[in-house]
Formats: sequence, C-alpha cells, structure tokens
Amino acid sequence: MSHGPSASGGALQATPTHPHHDVPHEPVFVGARLLELQTIMSRYPSKMAALLPALWILQDVRGWVSEDGMKEVAGQLDLTPAYVKGVVTFYTMYHQHPVGKHFIQVCTTTPCNVCGAEDVVNALLQQTGCGELGQTSVDGRFTVIEVECLGACGFPTPIMINNAFVESVSPESVSRVLAELE
Amino acid sequence: MGYPHKSHERETPILSKYFGDPEARTLAGWRARGGYEALQKALAMDSQEIQTIVKDSGLRGRGGAGFPTGLKWSFMKPDGKTHYLTCNADESEPGTFKDREIMRWTPHGLVEGVALAAYAIYAETAYIYIRGEFTEPIRYMEAAVKEAYAAGILGSNAMGSGKRIDIHIHRGAGAYICGEETALMNSLEGRRGNPRIKPPFPAVAGLFGKPTTINNVETLAAAPYIVKNGAEWYKQYGRVDNPKSIGTKLFSVCGNISRPGNYEVAMGFPFKDFIHELCGGALPGRTIKAIIPGGSSVPILTLEEADSALMDYEGFAAVGTLLGSGGVIVFDDKQDMVKQIARLTRFYAHESCAQCSQCREGTAWTTRIMERISNGGGTLEDFDTLLSIADNMTGKTICVLSDSCATPVVSGLKKFRGEFEAKIQISRNRVVSPGVPTLPTPPAAPTRASAA
Repeated sequence: MSHGPSASGGALQATPTHPHHDVPHEPVFVGARLLELQTIMSRYPSKMAALLPALWILQDVRGWVSEDGMKEVAGQLDLTPAYVKGVVTFYTMYHQHPVGKHFIQVCTTTPCNVCGAEDVVNALLQQTGCGELGQTSVDGRFTVIEVECLGACGFPTPIMINNAFVESVSPESVSRVLAELE
Repeated sequence: MGYPHKSHERETPILSKYFGDPEARTLAGWRARGGYEALQKALAMDSQEIQTIVKDSGLRGRGGAGFPTGLKWSFMKPDGKTHYLTCNADESEPGTFKDREIMRWTPHGLVEGVALAAYAIYAETAYIYIRGEFTEPIRYMEAAVKEAYAAGILGSNAMGSGKRIDIHIHRGAGAYICGEETALMNSLEGRRGNPRIKPPFPAVAGLFGKPTTINNVETLAAAPYIVKNGAEWYKQYGRVDNPKSIGTKLFSVCGNISRPGNYEVAMGFPFKDFIHELCGGALPGRTIKAIIPGGSSVPILTLEEADSALMDYEGFAAVGTLLGSGGVIVFDDKQDMVKQIARLTRFYAHESCAQCSQCREGTAWTTRIMERISNGGGTLEDFDTLLSIADNMTGKTICVLSDSCATPVVSGLKKFRGEFEAKIQISRNRVVSPGVPTLPTPPAAPTRASAA
C-alpha cells in the first residue's frame, strides 16, 4: 500500500526522480487481447472484477501502467479513470513509471535480512550501476528495489527479475545472475 | 518432507509427500498417485455428509487463525443462493512459504481440494487468489486447472456427477493485506484491498455480496485426504491428550538454521526435537537466540521457551505465542534483535492499508522510533512510548495487521530488553562525549511502490 504524503507515512518512501515520457498511447485491448479480456470478464459476475487482470495485461504489453493506459482500462470495464487510478496506487506491483528492462526486486524482510539480504542489495546496486534503490541505470537496463517478503524465505535471498524468481542469491552469485540476463 | 531436503523419518508427509517430484504436477501423475479419487467419492455423497466428515476430523484452518474448517463449511446451507468458495493463496506472512510448495509441486492436489470444498458448500464457482509475485505457482495452477477442465473433472458435469464446478485463478498485485479474508474479497472484486468491517461475515455476505467460504491452501489441500480416508484416520495424528489439534501441519523454517525448508509433522510434535533434529539446529559455531514460531505476527520466543513447546495450537499458546501460519523464523547470536524487530515493524508500516488511523499512524511511528533506537538515537522514554503506541494499536482496528505490528515490539522489549538498553547506552555515550560522531539516520529506502 502506498502511504500518502502524511507526516507519519510519507517518510517510508521516496519519490522516484527518474523522468518518464508518456508516449502516445496505442490501444492495448484490440484483437486477441480484447478477446482475452472478454474471456476473463466472463468468469466474474461483475466487470469490475476483471480490473486487476486487465491491468496485468496492460503492464505486460506496455511495461508499465500509464495514465492513458488506465483510461483505456476504465473504458473497457465501465469504470472512471480516477477509480482505476485509486486501485492501481493501492498495489505495489503496477509500475506507474517506466522501469528498467530488468526490474529486480530483492527481498529484505526479516527472514532474508538475517541471512544477509542487505549485502545482496548492495552488490546488485553496485554491479547494475543503479547506485540507489529505485533508480534506473543510465543504460536503462536495470532498476533495483527492495521488496517485502517474497514468500520464499527458505531460499535466502530470493530476488525477482521481472516475472522470474531467482532463489538463494548471495553477494558472490550476483555477477553470475546478472551475466545471464540479456 | 523437508523440501528441499530429504524427508526425515520423524516427519509425517501427507501433503508434502510429493514435494520435489515433478511427475506429481501432471494430471496423469497425480492420478497415478491416487489423485481425484477423493473428489470422485465426494461427488457421490451429499454435501452435508462431507461437511460432517470434515467437522468430525477436527481439521482447523491452516492459514493462521485455526478456525474449525467443518464448522465454517457448515454455515453454508442449501438455500438456493449463489455461493462462492475462495481459496486464499496470498501467502505473504514473513517466514511462511508452504502454500507456494503445495502449488508448485501438487497443483492438482489443490484443484481437487478446491473442487471438493466448493461442492461441500453448495458453490458452483471457486476462485483461487494467488499473490502476484507467485508467477511460478500461478503457471502450475493454471496448467492444472486447464488439464482438469479438459479431462472433465471441472466444468458443467464435474467427473460425470452432473454438478457444475468452475475454478478460476486470480492473480493479486502486491499487497500483504490481501491475505486478510475480506481484503482479499475486495481485491478480487477489483477494489483496493481494504479489509471490511465484520459483521456481516463472509458466510452471510462475502464475495460479490454472496455467502462465501474462504479457506487457506493447506486447509483445502488436506480435505481430500480426510474425505478419502475418513475422520478417524485423520485423528490418529496429534497428541493423545489434546483432541483440539488434529492432523499434520506444514512448518516452513527459515532464518539462521542449518536446514531451512518445509517440514510436515503431526500436531503436538516437540519443538525442541523439530529445531535441533529435523532442521539440524544452529549454523556451525553459532547458537540460537530467538524463534518466531508462527509467522512474523506472533510473539517471539526465547530458545528456552521454544525448547519447551509442543507444536500445535494449544502447545504454542501454553508458551505465550501462536501456531499461526507455521512460519518458523530462527535468529542466532549474530543477530541484532532491535534491528530485526525494527525491520519487521517497517514491513507492517509498508503493508498497512491505512484505513484505520491507529494502524496507519501506529505502524509508521513505531517504525520510526524502532529505527531511531536501532540507529543509536533512542532514549529510555522511547520504551514507554512504544508500549503506549502498541496498546493503542491492539484490538482497535478493523483487521489485525495493527496488532501484528505491535506484537514483536511488545514481546521483543520484554524478552530482549538488554539489547534495547544497550542501544540506548550507546546513544547516551554519544551525547556525553562530544567529538564522537552520532550515526546519521539513514534516508528512507525506496520500496517497490515508490519506484513503480
């Protein structure tokens, strides 16, 4: 959940500083993808229930969830863009800004933390050239962030690169993991 | 079994028997292992009969709360209304990774359990809500559902019974709170994942406003074995002197331990043997200092307390903690408990849905104070402030996330006070020794939400 700018909640997050460009939006829900969305909608008694799946399709196609993308989803599901944005901002996995080609999430919650997850974060920041958490590397290839519990605590430290898990990552194995990426 | 390790002879692998066996993932492989016999048997029975068997078996919810499963199912009557079954696969409790393995290795086992439960509660439609990060389990579950439809196990004439059973996979999008049952329902409906005020309870007005039963993955995966072998068979697992905790339970073990992994033992297993024998005890040259036995939301135990515990609902309650989700987090003597408790509170602050002010403000301020202490900037008054905030966060909100944040702080301050005081001592020395630089408070680390 994203905390707003309240005095108590705001300190836990930083505002991303990297620029982003809202390129002209080409409709995502056409042809096969529209059919896919309609199939998904048929599984629920309300159109609105297809909102999370629709946003996933949007993000898979476009790489992130833009304002125009939200408008398109809203149109498909008979919702207002403001409502869609309200839902998007609740969940952490929808990117509201473009991210690196390889979006790397490192679990640093307690079970992984006691096994040295912070060293993995540092190794990743250094070797990807991101420098800081949440920043995309200059070449646009990497974004590294910390994530709360990935649910693979027995395989510390798990990291998620886009949609794939890599388990048991150590500071020493970071270079090998990165070398396998395009 | 102790996946990724070999099964220990003192384990009782029922749900975990096929972990690590890729053949069990396919329909043919699952059938060869006796799969779908229970569903076939169940579909020939009356729904109420199934409810009775599960009630008699003593199965209780494996997600954390331990509510009797059969009793929950029995709230659902043949009233002609649309009913829904929801499977909670939003496993996100730090320290817990058992449902992930159930879905990764025995996806058909869960499909069978979900279909069986749907029939038992007079529902035609079931949704399996899987957390967004679990891309691999989602892939296996989707493949299993597809195979089950193709084989006529699901659909309008499930296993030739004439009954309709539909199962849909629904992917979450990153929110711990969606593991709370009513938040999950809101999320599934396409809303922000805010927990709902109860009553009405889900059995009255749940998903899409209809009577709904929601069960954890492990609970549903256990149901077919009970229906197939009978309630009496299930009752053999557990302590003779404790009829309240029956069956086997998966425990996920992580942190500073020799053999992390999932272990399945009968209820009432001695925790001392579990930690030191099955899991191999502390890492070489180290000693265990503290254990959280049931996921991050339950009180921390010292090793001494843990060694005296029995692993069931009542056994853990007897030492002042909870069985919870069965996520065992082990801390050894190298760990800074203040730092780790601060990290836990940060987790809850990040995951608070922020609709209740006690939680929104309480989790955030607790985190700030804990991190201040951890970084050497705390004062003794902070202890009272933390306890006061904890008191205001407990039992006062719509769901228990707020309570869960207070729990490690209160139990940590009580049991590891020396470590807290040592931090204060350090900060005092800094104040009275000019020239000694104080540690700057580190900038807040961006998280996924802010980067996204």
